[in-house]
Amino acid sequence: MRVLIPGISGMIGQGVALLLRDEGHEVYGIDRRPWPDAPKGIEIFEVDLRKRAAEDVFRKIRPQVVVHMATVTHLLEKSDERYRINLGGTRAVVEHAKKYGVEHVIFVGRHTYYGAAPDSPLYHTEDEPPMGLASFPELADLVASDLYAGSALWRHREFATSVLRLCYTLGPAGHGTLGTFVRGPRVPTILGHDPLFQFMHELDVARAIAVTVEKRPVGVFNVAGPQPVPLSIIIKETGRSAVALPEFVFSAALGRFGLPRLPAGALQHIKYPITIDASAFRKATGFVHDIDELRTMHDYREAFPVVLR
Amino acid sequence: MQIPVDAEVQRRVMELEVPFNESGVDLYGLSRAHLAQSMTLLKLAYRHYFKVEVHGMENVPARGRAMIVGNHSGGFALDAGCVIASTFFEMNPPRLAQGMAEKFIAKFPIAAMWATRAGQLTGLPENAARLLEDDRLLMVFPEGARGTAKLFKERYSLVNFGTGFMRLALRTRSPVVPMAFLGGGEAVPTVFNAVSLGKLLGVPYIPVTPWLLAIPLPVQLDVYYGEPIHFEGDGSEEDDVVNGYVEQVKERIAAMLEVGRRRRKGEA
Repeated sequence: MRVLIPGISGMIGQGVALLLRDEGHEVYGIDRRPWPDAPKGIEIFEVDLRKRAAEDVFRKIRPQVVVHMATVTHLLEKSDERYRINLGGTRAVVEHAKKYGVEHVIFVGRHTYYGAAPDSPLYHTEDEPPMGLASFPELADLVASDLYAGSALWRHREFATSVLRLCYTLGPAGHGTLGTFVRGPRVPTILGHDPLFQFMHELDVARAIAVTVEKRPVGVFNVAGPQPVPLSIIIKETGRSAVALPEFVFSAALGRFGLPRLPAGALQHIKYPITIDASAFRKATGFVHDIDELRTMHDYREAFPVVLR
Repeated sequence: MQIPVDAEVQRRVMELEVPFNESGVDLYGLSRAHLAQSMTLLKLAYRHYFKVEVHGMENVPARGRAMIVGNHSGGFALDAGCVIASTFFEMNPPRLAQGMAEKFIAKFPIAAMWATRAGQLTGLPENAARLLEDDRLLMVFPEGARGTAKLFKERYSLVNFGTGFMRLALRTRSPVVPMAFLGGGEAVPTVFNAVSLGKLLGVPYIPVTPWLLAIPLPVQLDVYYGEPIHFEGDGSEEDDVVNGYVEQVKERIAAMLEVGRRRRKGEA
């Protein structure tokens, strides 16, 4: 099949592209960022998804499947710009898919959709509303993109829609929210909190998306692999050490002493867990992770060893 | 801070039929190492500080889902501690009774973390349903915080039971094990609940005893387990039906409380 991947140059995008190419698909990508050593057989168009040139790609390639991964998830980008990229990009994918006869569109979203709060249940199911926006409004664009993509399920019956809510990614590439958070030798935590984190090896994440291309499940699906693990164990198994700070000290120190500049709402995510029930995805696609939580953490540790000075 | 783990506790923690991963953590954040430390402290209270008598332990199923439903007694969750300790120390192999902690606890650093690590999750219907579907032993106090707020003179009474637990038991086809707890009122004889002070501190109330602080006395505590009751239904029944079922459970608990009360007075 002809598969177009907006956001192909990201770490997961590359993984998905390689898997699909190996399975015999024709793979194309759209990304503003280059993929310098893109392997043969994968054609990249360095254009902005929201611009005219991207529509030309749809017209020229006539993809059968689109895997939309061109979303900004980190919080370093300014909120209004993120809003434009994430919602504008998703809208462009939906409109071009309709116009150019795409058969299947996959939207790759995040499990942070559900939000973290002291009174939120463990193992969210897909029918739950996003409850975290009140404490973490900076995630509004991701939540809106997820819901907008989901609306394609009833607005555009002419193509199959899969909306994926992926748990955190961890692995030797070190990308993603969790991989970045535990990068340093000392990981700051909030005293008295040790939330569960649900993550999947980056190879399994790419496989889950490739399986979605193959099985074409219609609907909204949580995607996860091994069981979640408390943050303290992630820190230990990745060879880091925890620095537990009282919350008021942590808040005051953000943006200083090497700590990232994060909005206050982000602290909810290191105080309370976000865990998802991925049984619907497993049932629809048969996907089972290959790499367990321990090996995932150890792979990360080997790729990013802590250098003692 | 590491608490040295008691040898019996260590053995029993290893015998628990709970699926831990290689790091010793289960799906819900229960941690084998932290549970062992908590149980070591609980053992001191259960075996040495209080005199606890357990009756009808054989009524708690050795395996599979079940819901222990009991009364509250005492200014705070002494009853929960005794249920957890009794299923852990008196059953062979041991079972972990997993409670539904009051929501306010989840907001407190350290307390929330230790509750989760010891298998006591935030009291949400979704969490309770998952534990039962996983064939765990759930512990429910349908009186809620109103139950622990009973004053000394009300110590053998029951306040209103919610119906949520019964609908959950029906939906998950879980047997209900009625439980009666006595002695909490003698251990923490609440004469007054400081509600305003409690609100200031983020809790529903602070129990005040004749010696002011709610430090429990080393008294006798009794735990009675009744025969499991299997109710028929799927949880979507009319309120009348569910209320009838709840009433049955309440009557069983009240009857056990009466037996226990007489025994404590030396009448039976």
